[in-house]
Amino acid sequence: MADPILQISGLEVAVDDTPILKGVDLTVPQGEVHALMGPNGSGKSTLAYALAGHPRYEITAGSVIFDGQDIVEMEADERARLGLFLAMQYPVEVPGVSVMNFLRTSINAIRGEDISPRDFIKLFDSKSELLGFDRSFADRYLNTGFSGGEKKRHEILQMAMIEPKFAVLDETDSGLDVDALKVVSEGVNTMRGPGLGVLIITHYTRILRYIKPDVVHVMFEGRIARTGGPELADYLEEHGYVEFGAAEEAAAPAG
Amino acid sequence: MSSVKPPDIDLGQYKFGWHDPANYVFEPKRGLNADVVREISFLKNEPEWMLKFRLRALEIFERKPMPTWGGDMDGIDFQNIFYFIRSSEKQSTDWNDVPSDIKNTFDRLGIPEAEQKYLSGVSAQYESEVVYHSLREDLDKKGVIFCDTDTALREHEDIFREHWATIIPPGDNKLAALNSAVWSGGSFIWVPPGVQVEIPLQAYFRINAENMGQFERTLIICEPGSFVHYVEGCTAPVYTSDSLHSAVVEIIVKEGARCRYTTIQNWSTNVYNLVTKRAQAHKNATMEWVDGNLGSKLTMKYPAVWLTGPGAHGEVLSVAMASEGMHQDAGAKMVHVAPDTSSTIVSKSISRGGGRTSYRGLVQVEPGAKRSKASVVCDALLLDEDSRSDTYPYMDIREEDASIGHEATVSKVADDQIFYLMSRGLSEEEAMAMIVRGFIEPIAKELPMEYAVELNRLIELQMEGSIG
Repeated sequence: MADPILQISGLEVAVDDTPILKGVDLTVPQGEVHALMGPNGSGKSTLAYALAGHPRYEITAGSVIFDGQDIVEMEADERARLGLFLAMQYPVEVPGVSVMNFLRTSINAIRGEDISPRDFIKLFDSKSELLGFDRSFADRYLNTGFSGGEKKRHEILQMAMIEPKFAVLDETDSGLDVDALKVVSEGVNTMRGPGLGVLIITHYTRILRYIKPDVVHVMFEGRIARTGGPELADYLEEHGYVEFGAAEEAAAPAG
Repeated sequence: MSSVKPPDIDLGQYKFGWHDPANYVFEPKRGLNADVVREISFLKNEPEWMLKFRLRALEIFERKPMPTWGGDMDGIDFQNIFYFIRSSEKQSTDWNDVPSDIKNTFDRLGIPEAEQKYLSGVSAQYESEVVYHSLREDLDKKGVIFCDTDTALREHEDIFREHWATIIPPGDNKLAALNSAVWSGGSFIWVPPGVQVEIPLQAYFRINAENMGQFERTLIICEPGSFVHYVEGCTAPVYTSDSLHSAVVEIIVKEGARCRYTTIQNWSTNVYNLVTKRAQAHKNATMEWVDGNLGSKLTMKYPAVWLTGPGAHGEVLSVAMASEGMHQDAGAKMVHVAPDTSSTIVSKSISRGGGRTSYRGLVQVEPGAKRSKASVVCDALLLDEDSRSDTYPYMDIREEDASIGHEATVSKVADDQIFYLMSRGLSEEEAMAMIVRGFIEPIAKELPMEYAVELNRLIELQMEGSIG
């Protein structure tokens, strides 16, 4: 097994002084794709934000070792520059900032050197085609007036251009129709390889039909309740989260 | 991409705050009375009618009370101000003939460099008078007049007198009366019928002395079918006591002509900036004010367009940024007098570090101005909890079929916006700057690139150290 790209031990996280994560242990070896499943409110998105360094998500105990370094004390931008990427569930609108300007600024910040305009256009063209965008998309204002599907595809476009070492996809499948889900999944599958670890956070198993996980974790009430192979996703599709204690109606994972 | 950059000199956040040793041609005096006004007129060798105009304006100034509806002007001591300072014996058309310390100042501000790169004419005013002036030869040949206002009075008295003070009479307001009494310098532009001045003309205003009063007077006349874009920039040194800048700008845009007037004002925070700007747009004429207020202690400025000809169009695009110790009370006035006139006001303000911005605007539709259209959008962005923004929109609509739109928003920079950008590798300061740049983008994109770059740079300078 490859060295772990991400090693989370005993992680506790509070939001506005309310504890949400209560001791999460999770390790992802580099090159693997892991799925993190669980019912609503189990703490999946909290883990995503805490990993990326959102200041509202306060790490109260435990450690997060990313590519050999403890990142708990780091700001979000430092983590991004180390190679951590979060594809957000709710990408934020920034009016007046073009996609082009945003992507170039981001790539320059992460690489620590300026990409030439020519190389940038080449990179943009090749990756945007993969995600189903054309050149005119670059002139639109960041997430402003985007459809749900465009927002999610744009998140994966950023990931493809930034080329992180590790990506967390936070409910990337939510709100996507089948065609958009296929485009997004295809994009992620193209990037799969020994240099990229992925954690797919999802409530449903649908996306896992297109992006096959190596390992599946189940989160419940702020802890990892079970870890297994891809067959665990199939099992959850059939049985739901009831046996972990979830109420019947919130439990169906197969949406 | 090129931008005008002064050399790096660390003067705190305000980068234009140095001052030169004062070398005056005659010993300036503080305070204001009829003798001071007479002396200014005498030194300029003016015709008798102008002296009378000045003295009458002084009486109006002394009679009118200070306006109290806007910002706090209690700190202005009119008797402590220098009303006229002559820094150079003559005006030059070659930078090498400008006194060296003054030339150095304009070098540091990047003016000669900008002149070579992207301007078709430059005027540089230092204290009370224009010390350098140029106009491209082809424009000169086409009959365009671009000179300082004192020269215009001497050399083009007929055109001058026909239009002078017809848009802003001395009795308009107390500060306009003051300017009318002690005015000096400023730009005079006359564009002959049908002539298009494709490349901007620029004037640069620099205050150097402490307690200086700068009262430039600008008059622009666009004859039918002509076009001109005029740009002005302003800076001053940082002093502990206050200076006053009180300009009057009058513009006449005749039938089918278009004028764009762009200001990037970056006075230091000891300058009261109280300016009256008004244009008259004749039939099918277009007047556009692009107004960037980034500096000063208090700015009160509401560029106005009187739409007096059918089909006339007026526009104000305004950006204001207020940091600690600053109050930007800015806005616009649109007065629809003729039918089928239209106007647009877009105001964007940013407050940070306890600064205060106010939007104050008037849309007036007079009886007879049928089918008028007006749209007002004012957006305020607050970067922190200590800052303040107010909106005072006035509407006075006297025609039933006028179409009037008004939108106002106040927003705070959201933590989630900052986080989103930081999660893509931007530092917190870069993220904040990107959000602010995006906020003013609708106005920045209207500027020639060099000025858009300059506007962004000035905003970023003001935001330095704003995180923490």
